[in-house]
Amino acid sequence: MLLAAQETAAAGWFLENAWLIPLIPFVAFFVILLFGKKMPRGGSEVGIASMVAALVVAAGAAYQWIDRVDSSHGEEVEPVIRQWVWWQSGGTRFGIGEHIDGLAIVVLLLVAFISTLVQIYSTEYVKGDRRYTHYFASITLFSAGMLIMVLAPNMVQLILGWEIMGLTSFLLIGHWWEEKANSEAALKAFWTVRVGDVGLLVGTAVLLGIFGTLDIKGINDSAAAGQFGSHNALMWAAIALFIACIGKSGQFPLHTWLPDAMAGPTPVSSLLHSSTMVVAGVYLVARLYPVFHVGLEINAVGQTFNLIAVIGGITVIVAAALAFVQNDIKKVLAYSTVSQLGYMMMGLGVGAWTASVFHIFTHAFFKCCLFLAAGSISYTASHHSFDMKKDMGGLWKKMPITFGAWMVSTAALAGIPFFSGFFSKDEIIDSAKHADYTIFYLVGIVGAFMTIAYMTRATYLVFFGTPRGGAAHFMGVEHGLEHRDDHAHETLGHDDHSDDHADQSDHGHDDHPEPVRGRPFPFAKYDSPWKITAPLLILGTLAVGSGYLNAPAVGVHWFEHQTESSIGLPLAEHEADGDNAEQVSSEHAVDESVGAEDVGAAEHAADSAIYSVPEPPKFAWGAAAPGLLLVLAGFLVSLFLSLAVFGKRKNVLSPLVGITERNKLFGAGHRFLVNKLYLDHLYEKVIVHGVAYPVSKAAYWFNQNIIDGVVDGAGRSTKRTGEWVYRNIDQRLVDGAVNASGMVANESGHALQPVQSGKVNHYGALLFGAAAVGAIVLILLNV
Amino acid sequence: MYAVNFLLLSAALFSIGVFGVIARRNAVMVLMSIELILNSVNLNLVAFALINKDIDGHIFALFVIAVAAAEVGVGLGMVLMIYRNRRSIALDELSEMHG
Amino acid sequence: MNALLLAADVNVAQNIGFYIIAAIMLYAAFSVVSTKNVVHAALWLVVVLGGVAAQYILAAAEFVAVSQVMVYIGAVMVLFLFGIMLTRASIGADTDVNNKDWKLGIPVGLVFFGVLVYTVVDAFEGTVIVEPSAAQIASSTTLISDGYLGDYLIPLIALSFVLLAAAVGAIVLARKD
Repeated sequence: MLLAAQETAAAGWFLENAWLIPLIPFVAFFVILLFGKKMPRGGSEVGIASMVAALVVAAGAAYQWIDRVDSSHGEEVEPVIRQWVWWQSGGTRFGIGEHIDGLAIVVLLLVAFISTLVQIYSTEYVKGDRRYTHYFASITLFSAGMLIMVLAPNMVQLILGWEIMGLTSFLLIGHWWEEKANSEAALKAFWTVRVGDVGLLVGTAVLLGIFGTLDIKGINDSAAAGQFGSHNALMWAAIALFIACIGKSGQFPLHTWLPDAMAGPTPVSSLLHSSTMVVAGVYLVARLYPVFHVGLEINAVGQTFNLIAVIGGITVIVAAALAFVQNDIKKVLAYSTVSQLGYMMMGLGVGAWTASVFHIFTHAFFKCCLFLAAGSISYTASHHSFDMKKDMGGLWKKMPITFGAWMVSTAALAGIPFFSGFFSKDEIIDSAKHADYTIFYLVGIVGAFMTIAYMTRATYLVFFGTPRGGAAHFMGVEHGLEHRDDHAHETLGHDDHSDDHADQSDHGHDDHPEPVRGRPFPFAKYDSPWKITAPLLILGTLAVGSGYLNAPAVGVHWFEHQTESSIGLPLAEHEADGDNAEQVSSEHAVDESVGAEDVGAAEHAADSAIYSVPEPPKFAWGAAAPGLLLVLAGFLVSLFLSLAVFGKRKNVLSPLVGITERNKLFGAGHRFLVNKLYLDHLYEKVIVHGVAYPVSKAAYWFNQNIIDGVVDGAGRSTKRTGEWVYRNIDQRLVDGAVNASGMVANESGHALQPVQSGKVNHYGALLFGAAAVGAIVLILLNV
Repeated sequence: MYAVNFLLLSAALFSIGVFGVIARRNAVMVLMSIELILNSVNLNLVAFALINKDIDGHIFALFVIAVAAAEVGVGLGMVLMIYRNRRSIALDELSEMHG
Repeated sequence: MNALLLAADVNVAQNIGFYIIAAIMLYAAFSVVSTKNVVHAALWLVVVLGGVAAQYILAAAEFVAVSQVMVYIGAVMVLFLFGIMLTRASIGADTDVNNKDWKLGIPVGLVFFGVLVYTVVDAFEGTVIVEPSAAQIASSTTLISDGYLGDYLIPLIALSFVLLAAAVGAIVLARKD
């Protein structure tokens, strides 16, 4: 029976039946679990098929939603809501169903798409795993959980999806639970998120108390219209819900679980950290934005900070600083995710709803791509190690697809113009400035500086410089193949070779048989198998392309147009003095409708269409310039620092890295040398010491003496700050607080120990005695 | 008939049951005392159903009967297990939970 | 006033029946917690449970009364006797059926009783139960079934799972292996 059928005549089949999207993978989970082991491919085919089916329905729904928005002619686009009675208790009925609007469509599409790619990737990555079937069952249920949450028309369904994700993330992070560290990481993730979940339950209860309904649309409408008893209650509801988001989205005090969660298989990290799990918190804030916006008075006149923006801002800086001191490539990416989530939260905190949601969208593609690239490296090149310092380096030649995808995604992450991250991140930063949140504007651009700096460092360690450990072995093996093929091949750094051949003499080719693995693409035969690189290619393309759905710099506001009705609040033109949105909302409903009606006028209307932040669409290179300059500065600082520090530490000849890439002569000489394999070592030494060394000396001198003072100093202090933050804030303060609470529990336990005689009768006497005393107290109170 | 009749009888049964739970050493007898308590609660529920003219009391009484049956089943299963392991069902010897 | 007196008049026989049954039940209940013989305790418990069933009938709840007889006196008591038998309690009197500090139960029980009596008397003193009509009594079983399959459907299903779990759990506990 339909609980509330706000059915609209021409919603379209896909929109009306969007509830199938989470249902398909949910059913697939049981199918995989029950029959997966008997299937020819261990159930993975069911998982992939279900995700593809969900993707098809989601794409159909997206198409019809676009149609719906386009045919609305400027009127408010109503979400499609269907609810059925799920269960009832007493007189209260709890619904389950769907709530489809622009925001939901975006995330649905994202989750279904990325889950599909990750599952395809996983068929190669976890091939031969002992719990292959369970892996696919869990990851399918995980996607189903996220989809259930995204579609939720009420808080109960939202909590259901939220908790399914919590449970399955535990299963997935602890997938290889035989190692103690993994099971501990899974437990840590589970419990840390549970701490936040208490906030979700409390916040939901408070919302039910305030509004008398659990329907998201009802809550949003009432909050936006100011129909609530006490503003204080709404504020506490918003704070409680935000605590849940802190836990789930790894915001500052509860971010510690996220890097540990890297213990899971890489595709899991990729899925967790791009489109699902961690985005759930941001999604919750975006979904219930009126509650947060009104409850925390975001964009109120004269407000300089609020809870969401502060937590987001702290997270941006702290996480980026932590990313500097990690040696594990996945941990760098994990902290990077935390930092980017901080951007999203900060954007929501300063009223840049569209920009934040768009950042969810773009971030999902490039971060997923980065994780999958890291997985590709560890799978193919570094013997399942993720240590950048020990097992990577110089890989760019042999893994062109991985390298390309990585570089494109890094550029997107760093916010380099015309990559997707630029359009979303710059808009958040810009919005902060225009909404008079100057502090967060500064946080934003400093964060951008740090982002590119740590990504440059990571890129240098992984793809450039000397191959080390597993990577050296990989490169060595591939050299051997190259000679047999007798292809014209390109050079590597000379220094690479000195290591390569030393390594080869240690392990021959033969004592390392090629593992059974899928076939790579023909044009990149040393790269990972195609099931790994195909998702990388797709995601890499999207890391560039997704940005153009909403690129103010080139005048595209399409994404914004499709989602603006989901904000739940009317859009308002920004007044110079940071006017409150609610006050001016009525006039601007008109503006908005005009904008949607007329494409020509849309430009102008859309300029003022961002909620109480007018400028971002009217993109100005001048406004973006400080951020871009800092990005450039960050790149240069980090590059030179990486060259100086890592190069020097590994090998006196480190500056050669630059030389061999720049100088064709050395390249040619080098090509000549590799053909004489057994002499290579000697030639390397001759060439390296005789020719390259002086040049490198000069470059090194230039590095050290000209740029050193500014660059190295600044870089070192950044690194030291990062280490300090890691050591003191992360390890001492946060962990200290946790330990202290454990101590308190321990001590109070000791104090109460004698009561525990261990005898059931005593417990009975205590129980009933306490009940009697409690009853007497109640009687006395009521007399 | 006065409402307090049922309620006082139920209170008396409950208190006797509480005494039994505290005083008895034999696990089976403690379970019997618990049955006394549950029955007094049931009597209360039925009495309130009568006083308030509401059938819900009966429904809850039946729920309690079902749960009590389950409780006795599991409880005696545990007693049997304890007996098999220790050759005794004296509760004061079972103090492994001593803090 | 007249109706109230009339109601009180009509209930004289019922009241007498109540007090007789109540007296027997209280005596039996004391015996359950004071006898030294486990088997006797179980038999006294039968008396109490039968008395409760009788009180249910007086309270116009005959469906509950029948369930009480079937479940408690029929099934639970058999379980108890099996329990006694399988744990080889002596059939005769036992010396140490009570704890060393069994006297602790007296004050706790008395305080509990006092609190309950005070509360009950305070809240319901003088409340007279209006007799349900024959039609109401006759329809009570219908109402119970409607309640179970209507408002209380989910709790009923949950309860069935509890019973299933209990059955499985009891088997697992009692299995010899």
